Amino acid sequence: MAITDAPKIITSRLGYDDSYTIERYLASGGYEALRKALSMTPEAVAAEVDAASLLGRGGAGFPAGRKWSMLRKNPLTYLVINGDESEPATFKDHMLIEGDPHQILEGVLISAYALQVSQAFIYLRGEFALGLERLQQALNEAYAHGAVGADIFGSGFSLDVVVHPGAGAYICGEETALLESLEGKRGFPRIKPPNFPAAIGLYGEPTVVNNVETMANIPWIITNGGAAFAALGAGRSTGTRLFALAGHVRNPGNYELEMVKTTFRDLIYAPVLGGGIRSSNKLKAFIPGGVSAPWFGPDQVDLPLGQDEVGDAGSMLGSGSVVVMDSATCMVRASWRITKFFSRESCGQCTPCREGAGWLERILFRIENGAGREEDLDLLMDLCDNISPGVNWPPQQTTICVLGPSIPSSIASGIRMFRDEFLVHVKDGGCPFD
Amino acid sequence: MTDTAKTDQATEELTFTLDGRSVTAAKGELLIAAAERAGTYIPRFCYHPRMDPVGMCRMCLVDVEGPRGATLTPACFVQVNDGMVVDTANERVRKAQDGVLEFLLANHPLDCPVCDKGGECPLQDQTLAYGPGESRFIEEKRHFEKPIAISDLVLLDRERCIQCARCTRFAAEVAGEAQIDFSGRGEAVEVATFPTQPFESYFSGNTVQICPVGALTATPYRFTARPWDLDQVESTCTTCAVGCRVAVQSSQNRLTRLLGIDTEPVNHGWLCDKGRFAYESVNGDEVESGPLPAELEGENVDVAPATASQVVSLGVARGQFLGEAQETGRFEHGRLVEPRLRKEGELVPVSWSEALTAAAAGISRAKEAGGAGAVALIGGARLTNESAYAWAKLAKGVIGTDSVDAQLGDGLPADLVLGLPRATIDQAAHAPVLISLAGDLREELPVLFLRLRAAVEGATELIEISPTPTALSPPTTTAPSSAPTIQATRGPATSTGPMPGMAKNADPNRRPQIPPQKAPDFPQRFMRSPVL
Repeated sequence: MAITDAPKIITSRLGYDDSYTIERYLASGGYEALRKALSMTPEAVAAEVDAASLLGRGGAGFPAGRKWSMLRKNPLTYLVINGDESEPATFKDHMLIEGDPHQILEGVLISAYALQVSQAFIYLRGEFALGLERLQQALNEAYAHGAVGADIFGSGFSLDVVVHPGAGAYICGEETALLESLEGKRGFPRIKPPNFPAAIGLYGEPTVVNNVETMANIPWIITNGGAAFAALGAGRSTGTRLFALAGHVRNPGNYELEMVKTTFRDLIYAPVLGGGIRSSNKLKAFIPGGVSAPWFGPDQVDLPLGQDEVGDAGSMLGSGSVVVMDSATCMVRASWRITKFFSRESCGQCTPCREGAGWLERILFRIENGAGREEDLDLLMDLCDNISPGVNWPPQQTTICVLGPSIPSSIASGIRMFRDEFLVHVKDGGCPFD
Repeated sequence: MTDTAKTDQATEELTFTLDGRSVTAAKGELLIAAAERAGTYIPRFCYHPRMDPVGMCRMCLVDVEGPRGATLTPACFVQVNDGMVVDTANERVRKAQDGVLEFLLANHPLDCPVCDKGGECPLQDQTLAYGPGESRFIEEKRHFEKPIAISDLVLLDRERCIQCARCTRFAAEVAGEAQIDFSGRGEAVEVATFPTQPFESYFSGNTVQICPVGALTATPYRFTARPWDLDQVESTCTTCAVGCRVAVQSSQNRLTRLLGIDTEPVNHGWLCDKGRFAYESVNGDEVESGPLPAELEGENVDVAPATASQVVSLGVARGQFLGEAQETGRFEHGRLVEPRLRKEGELVPVSWSEALTAAAAGISRAKEAGGAGAVALIGGARLTNESAYAWAKLAKGVIGTDSVDAQLGDGLPADLVLGLPRATIDQAAHAPVLISLAGDLREELPVLFLRLRAAVEGATELIEISPTPTALSPPTTTAPSSAPTIQATRGPATSTGPMPGMAKNADPNRRPQIPPQKAPDFPQRFMRSPVL
């Protein structure tokens, strides 16, 4: 395994200072993919995306083309783009939105054409102030350029796009909570079934929800063909993917890497990527796909960066965020910090998540601060079981949405992998890392 | 809402497997309701049969077989499918339900000994059946100031709240005024009013009744009794002509509380605050008799009979016929306890039999003098059907007069009303078109307003003939400059158009821009923002 010379599909312009301007975008072939798509039939455009077997980049990893072909049987009303990236250590969409907003817009335009919808919404995380400014500016430029609005490039196809900033809730990244929020309501996730967006979506109409990074891939796929995209990667994980590397590495940041061909070891240790662990410490554990994913130990560092490969090993590639924890990390504190995030961001709709997250957080805080009891470990696991029966991956859940079963991941990983460390906290009456 | 769903259902029947036995359900029926009819009670908090399900509390999780094996599914949210296989009692379901209950209690203050709900509390009851016997929660609980008044009648204890959304759904869905809603998120979710507006609804008491814990309590009942000490009789509310079914509860010979009873043809369990809390006047300890309040002086003249001794007051709500009360007897708690008879110009206390004999003699004398037609009886619009029937029987069968009425001629002309086809509340709530000739139903017949509001929110079209917008009027309606005019239509305008002839002006697209009306000069307590 090694770093491949795969093309930069979505980060090609990010090295330029003016990467977000329409001038730079047009100078580097911008909106040519849209012109090409408009000369094709919508079916042919959708077929290219299907041929690329582009997996959705939001976390669940469902093939975007298959999602579209399933939905195209019925007329769709809305295309909604999820740009509410809010998880700790996940910052890939952030960079794409600020760095290359036109690429996202072009992806939205092509997708809307393929799906034959005339109204799209981009729901942006409220804290992305610069991203909002740049995306809105890009949208204004694209309207002026004739790429958005009525009769795009004289093709007869029309699309309006609205950029909508969120109000600061992680839960609104959950697609049905996002739709509620977009409708002006509280961000409470809807119960599925029956409220699958494809059937009952925005304003009760059939709706497709796609991720920002998914959209950013679409122009390249249309320009170079779905087959060229599918030739990259291996198995179900095709193309490249943007990995947000965070934690105790020398060079944290976003890296676009070919899927499957590259491993976590490459990402963490390669000098041009993560550059190894800080202070020459040892790798203790890493989270392969965002803080809702179960953790991996150093023995799994040679796993390839592939959806099924990570899934089969008991976790997920999820949001593409890789968090590295070195030997100086207190695992109780790590579990507590992640649980505190979920406790704060639970929407409060379902009992197990609303009450469970706070309870778990309090217990972990107690253990970390020297007031833990040995039986607290079993209590933690049993409470996790009441939120996510079995505490397995992929998870079962007693809640409406997947925020609930995301809570146990860090706790169960911490206890299963580092039980002794938890017990030391209990026996010593405090944190050995303090 | 519920009404329309019910009529659609009646047609088709499905069979599903419930804990290994075959059970039938109506098409569209929710699993939790079908199971309950079949004798399997699935525990619940947020589910309420008269409101849309939300599946939030997760107490009703049961295993439903699906393409990917059994999944924990909220029974309050899924409709029964033909052939559905449901397990409500296996190990996994039991663990999930126990877990939810334990989570609900984590932050609940468990102050049952001083809680009004204690003894009739769904959380208390289900704690006995589910969850661990002893709490594993040793952390600090969530704290709020308790309780806070969200209106003159309703107090909110946010520590007890289990965030089931029953009250907020009632306000938004049933009453149509979302004056309370959730604020905050996660553990900090709380029911709240808008910062500058109290929970000022004619129907606020219903939220207290349907609260599954003691989070919402009513000031009149607060700390007055324990539920197990209450005597209860079923009765009919006589505060207006709707006739809501009520449970009248009393303790130590004093009324303590009225609760709405869910009857399909009438009130669906709801009451208005006037009906719910008017019992306080019966318990009132104010002066039995005294100088007539100035504002009743005029009315006294209108209703005072020519010969006081010929009238036996029925002793209805105190204050209504205060003038007679002074004349005809001694009242306690609004009830006539000692009739009086005028003898040689003086009113003297007499026994009931003497008073009734004197009244009967008076009626007989009038009948002899002018024939049966010289006697007329007014029963009152708020009588129950049974009482009205008894009045009519007395008038027509005993006295022999046809002059019997329910009102003093202040309503619509009887010959007009009697000429119209009649409908029950249920029939009106299922009618394709409703024509409202009344004033504001929310003011006059509040619970009928709730029933018809649900109808109008559904498939029923409304035509209002009213000088001012009412609570039923669509938000776009504005008052015309001269009254009365047909207001507007509401509901789907395509299926059944406005009535020919009557509704020439009822163009749904015509939305005249008229400045808002000046609100009538009511005391602050009863002021409502005009519904525009």
